[in-house]
Amino acid sequence: MTTTAGPLDVTAVRADFPILSRTVRDGKPLVYLDSGATSQRPTQVLDAERRFLETSNAAVHRGAHQLAEEATEAYEGAREKIAAFVGATPGELVFTKNATEGINLVAYAMSNAATAGDEAKRFVVGPGDEIVVTEMEHHANLVPWQQLCQRTGATLKWFGVTDEGRLDLSRLDEVITERTKVVAFVHQSNVLGTVNPVEPLVRRAREVGAFVLLDACQSVPHGLSGQGPVNLGELDVDFAVFSGHKMLGPSGIGVLYGRRELLEAMPPFLTGGSMIELVRMEGSTFAPPPQRFEAGVPMTSQAVGLGAAVDYLNAIGMDRVAAHEHLLAERALAGLKELPGVRIIGPRDTTDRGATVAFVIDGVHPHDASQVLDSLGVAVRVGHHCAWPLHRSCGIPATVRASFYLYNSLSEVDALVDGVREAQRFFGVA
Amino acid sequence: MDLGSMYQEIILDHYKNPHRRGLREPYDGESFQVNPTCGDEVTLRVKLSDGKVADVSYEGQGCSISQASTSVLTDLVVGHSVEEAFATMDAFVELMQGRGQVEPDEDVLEDGVAFAGVAKYPARVKCALLGWMAFKDAVGRTSTNDEVEAS
Repeated sequence: MTTTAGPLDVTAVRADFPILSRTVRDGKPLVYLDSGATSQRPTQVLDAERRFLETSNAAVHRGAHQLAEEATEAYEGAREKIAAFVGATPGELVFTKNATEGINLVAYAMSNAATAGDEAKRFVVGPGDEIVVTEMEHHANLVPWQQLCQRTGATLKWFGVTDEGRLDLSRLDEVITERTKVVAFVHQSNVLGTVNPVEPLVRRAREVGAFVLLDACQSVPHGLSGQGPVNLGELDVDFAVFSGHKMLGPSGIGVLYGRRELLEAMPPFLTGGSMIELVRMEGSTFAPPPQRFEAGVPMTSQAVGLGAAVDYLNAIGMDRVAAHEHLLAERALAGLKELPGVRIIGPRDTTDRGATVAFVIDGVHPHDASQVLDSLGVAVRVGHHCAWPLHRSCGIPATVRASFYLYNSLSEVDALVDGVREAQRFFGVA
Repeated sequence: MDLGSMYQEIILDHYKNPHRRGLREPYDGESFQVNPTCGDEVTLRVKLSDGKVADVSYEGQGCSISQASTSVLTDLVVGHSVEEAFATMDAFVELMQGRGQVEPDEDVLEDGVAFAGVAKYPARVKCALLGWMAFKDAVGRTSTNDEVEAS
């Protein structure tokens, strides 16, 4: 790994990821373009997890023995690092099993609020209230809100998507109204690559007193081109989620960010051990956040691993990661645009977009295209990428999606474009 | 990897020139099936006559494997008794779930043997079975209707 200034040294970065040197399908070098689904992990992360398990493993926040102390320190130390990485304080970060659980936590806390006393009143949702999402949401930021509406009698509303793959905010004041309780939207689309404008949505939500939840799964890991790391505090959202395995860390850990005063007042979702203050047979009181939202023995080596992933990204610098990905996106868009019969689904230039590129090929179904790419060693995702309504709104059942990360090289972008050309040849459409 | 082992000429032929495609009247049972992982879908209708499959018509969107498999299905079941059609289906399902270890019987599966290569790719097995699941369901719906009419 290199920590010098200047552009990111992709050769040095790749050396940290053992899996990237393997071959697939009869000796083809692996070209991994599916980091939007899950990223690969550097040895630094794997080593950190192993070292923790070999030296300090114990159940955190329990016991007074030395290992318990060390494990708790490692767990809370990871929370501090991760919080700093996203511009938050440690008390604002809740560890969950994944980002999906983080969103469910907020949605269920809101329906639990109805019976949780005066302090929780501000979270109560009921008939006449509205929840606002967008048509480009991952199912994880759509289905929990549909379900909350079903449980409480609230109404779900959403922003549409323009032909260019941008949020249609032309009716901002009509969609977000005095009735709106929550505005939940994705920072960077996992399909289109679009980076949505946070500021106007937060401003409108503030005007009407609605909470804002940001799905930052595809932005926190990559940073923003020209800006560097995602700073949740500066974005002034109320809640945000992201997942460990999409940012070089382990699976089994996600993060819910919540503004401190909101977490203080919010009732729990999962209950049980660890999250209590006082337990009697007749009833219980709950610990302050973040512990209130971390019932049961939490994941530990995963938190340590995610802390190491943050160290890794910081050492490289998120501005350099974002700049590198910008180059990859530029090359991919240029290469794919040159191919007749290939249509990019999402913004066609690099303005306010990340390095996730979805496309369709006339006459070649995405599944078939991915099979040809796979035969060449190029791993992409196909299907609706857990954003079925978005695909429906575009009038297509599925897309091919290439999603890049800091370890991808420009020549891998070329391998993608060559592979698409080969798919067209194989199916006789070019 | 040899792409040709999956994409046999027979499969590509059925994909480009599908048999019996389109939804037709009359029909006795209809089924809509979807593959939730990729969004591929098929609507398939069955017309029965004297215990035999008189017609299978379908419409859908999907990859070459799912489209070709449904086309082959119609060749294999139309004109046969429901019992024979289900026996053929069982043989096809066994082939597809055999991870490439099952030797297909060409007398039973005819063009269906071309899908033997697909069975080696677990992610694509569902594609090949989509139309067959719709056929099974559509036939089931015809018998339910019969019972309702009889009672």
